[in-house]
Amino acid sequence: MEHIRAHVLVCAGTGCVSAGSKKIEAALRDQIAKHGLDKEIKIVETGCHGLCEMGPLVIVYPEGVFYVRVQESDIVDIVEQHLYKGRVVERLLYTEHDTLEGIPSYKEIAFYKKQMRMVLANCGQIDPEQIDEYISVGGYEALGKALTTMKPEEVVDEVKKSGLRGRGGGGFPTGMKWGFARNAPGEKKYVVCNADEGDPGAFMDRSVLESDPHRVIEGMAVCGYAIGADEGYVYVRAEYPLAIKRLKNAIEQAEAIGLLGENIFGSGFNFRLKIKEGAGAFVCGEETALLASIEGKRGMPRPRPPFPAISGLWGKPTNINNVETFANIPQIITKGADWFASIGTERSKGTKVFALTGRINHTGLAEVPMGITMREIIYDIGGGIPDGKKFKAAQIGGPSGGCLPEQLLDLSVDYDSLIKVGAMMGSGGLVVMDETTCMVDLAKFFLSFTQEESCGKCTPCREGTKRMLEILTRITEGQGKEGDIELLETMARDIKTTALCGLGQTAPNPVLSTLQYFRDEYEAHIKEKRCPAGSCAGLLEYTITEECKGCGLCKKACPVEAISGEKKGLHEIDQDKCVKCAACFAKCPFKAIKKQ
Amino acid sequence: MNSNQSQCCCDGSVNQFDKLDEVLKKYQGVKGALIPVLQEAQHAYGYLSKEVLQNISKKMDIPISQIYGVVTFYSQFHLTPRGKSIIRVCQGTACHVRGAKTILNEIENQLNIKSGATTPDLKFTLETVACIGACGLAPVMMIDDDTHGRLTPEIIPKILAK
Repeated sequence: MEHIRAHVLVCAGTGCVSAGSKKIEAALRDQIAKHGLDKEIKIVETGCHGLCEMGPLVIVYPEGVFYVRVQESDIVDIVEQHLYKGRVVERLLYTEHDTLEGIPSYKEIAFYKKQMRMVLANCGQIDPEQIDEYISVGGYEALGKALTTMKPEEVVDEVKKSGLRGRGGGGFPTGMKWGFARNAPGEKKYVVCNADEGDPGAFMDRSVLESDPHRVIEGMAVCGYAIGADEGYVYVRAEYPLAIKRLKNAIEQAEAIGLLGENIFGSGFNFRLKIKEGAGAFVCGEETALLASIEGKRGMPRPRPPFPAISGLWGKPTNINNVETFANIPQIITKGADWFASIGTERSKGTKVFALTGRINHTGLAEVPMGITMREIIYDIGGGIPDGKKFKAAQIGGPSGGCLPEQLLDLSVDYDSLIKVGAMMGSGGLVVMDETTCMVDLAKFFLSFTQEESCGKCTPCREGTKRMLEILTRITEGQGKEGDIELLETMARDIKTTALCGLGQTAPNPVLSTLQYFRDEYEAHIKEKRCPAGSCAGLLEYTITEECKGCGLCKKACPVEAISGEKKGLHEIDQDKCVKCAACFAKCPFKAIKKQ
Repeated sequence: MNSNQSQCCCDGSVNQFDKLDEVLKKYQGVKGALIPVLQEAQHAYGYLSKEVLQNISKKMDIPISQIYGVVTFYSQFHLTPRGKSIIRVCQGTACHVRGAKTILNEIENQLNIKSGATTPDLKFTLETVACIGACGLAPVMMIDDDTHGRLTPEIIPKILAK
């Protein structure tokens, strides 16, 4: 028998692949073969480790040495020094921002220390393209347990007792939803997984599908058994080709060994799974729109009731959950509802995966117990703000969520606390902003997104968001008027109460929450025609300071010939001609151009 | 059949729809197959021409008006020819905060087209996308299936040259 003395894990998540991890893997194979180590060292291509900022990542087991930002040229060292001679390559180790000391072990890194990786437990640890690897870490045990030792009602009760709530945004109790679908009359029922992760700034569902697709399949099969469905669909965004590929592969493997198909585990339960590729429409994340899209129609929401649990796909009872929700199911079945319910807060149980992005040191995926504070997520796990800048706000919950200011950093992160302060859990996107981000511009950014994605079916959303966007655009261009803020507030409230679906009802949230916490910025734009963050181009003025050496680079860069001056003399910008393109600002080697 | 004709899909000749017929056969009797049929047809022909849509309408027995409604609803479908390479510049939140606008401007300048347009030589089509889920590498863009991350305006010309 072969004796494998070390495993080298190469991250093949989207982040690391984009950063070149495929080349690294090839080089690694080459070098290992060259040194005759290929019998004793195994290379494993894994899914995402979450610390995307530091990719491509390479981890060497059994020691668990964590190498970051590995380049092709570093492979020789890793093989010759580490794998051959047993010496850790210090220069490739991860360094903490404050101490600058290299940290060899994965578990010692601050980014991972405060996390509780349950849904992401296998991500980065197993090869997502091998069903055996999933089974070897306890995969499909939950399905086996449910099918052979539990009645369908018991499964529903267990999920109810666990307190699991929908991870896709709304936070509706999952067990209750399953109960509705189970009790709905009808022979034919469906299970649908919503993997149309459209929130800009969220990528946890993608990561789970790419790194641990079987977990989602298992969760869906358990759901099928519980509600009495024999068919399921996974609706995946077409923008996620790797997730689709791995999911397809996983379904085939599960079918091949009888974990999907007819008479699973000899229980008489049949379950088949199909993939539906989305065609690019954010509103399809809304459940009734998603169902319309699976049926091959325009993905437009319809009024509820009837809820999909009663009349869903092709008019049949349908249970829809998102990827992360299904991924939570296997552990609830194997470890029990009580164990799950012991994690989190009174009304929000378990963990939540957040996608940390924006102006933060550790961009990536972090899974934390519910009830942790924003401060812990942003500073302890996220490593704080880069370049010594100051924290300004965190945007949580995507285009439906809100912006939270510094004074709310110690807020407990759970469904109810977030709603109370005007944000929402959403799918778990967490975008951090520093002092250079303009909050009016940010509100405009989100609104232009929802406006563009509005399906046009109901008037408040179609027309209302458009008018609000016009007002915001006006404000950022320095044309804001007295009364604009009040008008925005009235419109926001009207749209919230009258729009047909979740997209429209939550579209005004980013405007309302920035108005609530950063009203002074709106006022500065309107009354003083000034952008405090220095980001709204229309409100800035570029001037040349005494630092100017008269090199003439800015003059050459200016597209409208607004800059004049003699060689070696002080240059000047004609404010009437200036179009505020910032070309001169970028070109000046002496930082002599000031914008304010 | 001369080779000239097989290059083009819009001359209405019957053989041009061989690829489409294959797709339609694959989805015969499958419920809700319109979107996958359109996706595969677009993949085969590069875009959805009037003739292709009329053919789908006839063979699937779905009114052309309904098909047109679906095609124009989803951002993935295109009614006009597209460039050889598709550039998708991410304008998601994470990319926005890290300067995605300047990246888009630079590409627009380099290719001399606006977002949504195709270069006259049909080499590039430039689009924006709401989020491609690679926020860790922001700002990012995709050229066909390859993701390019941690972009700066300075490296854009180099990437485009390739």
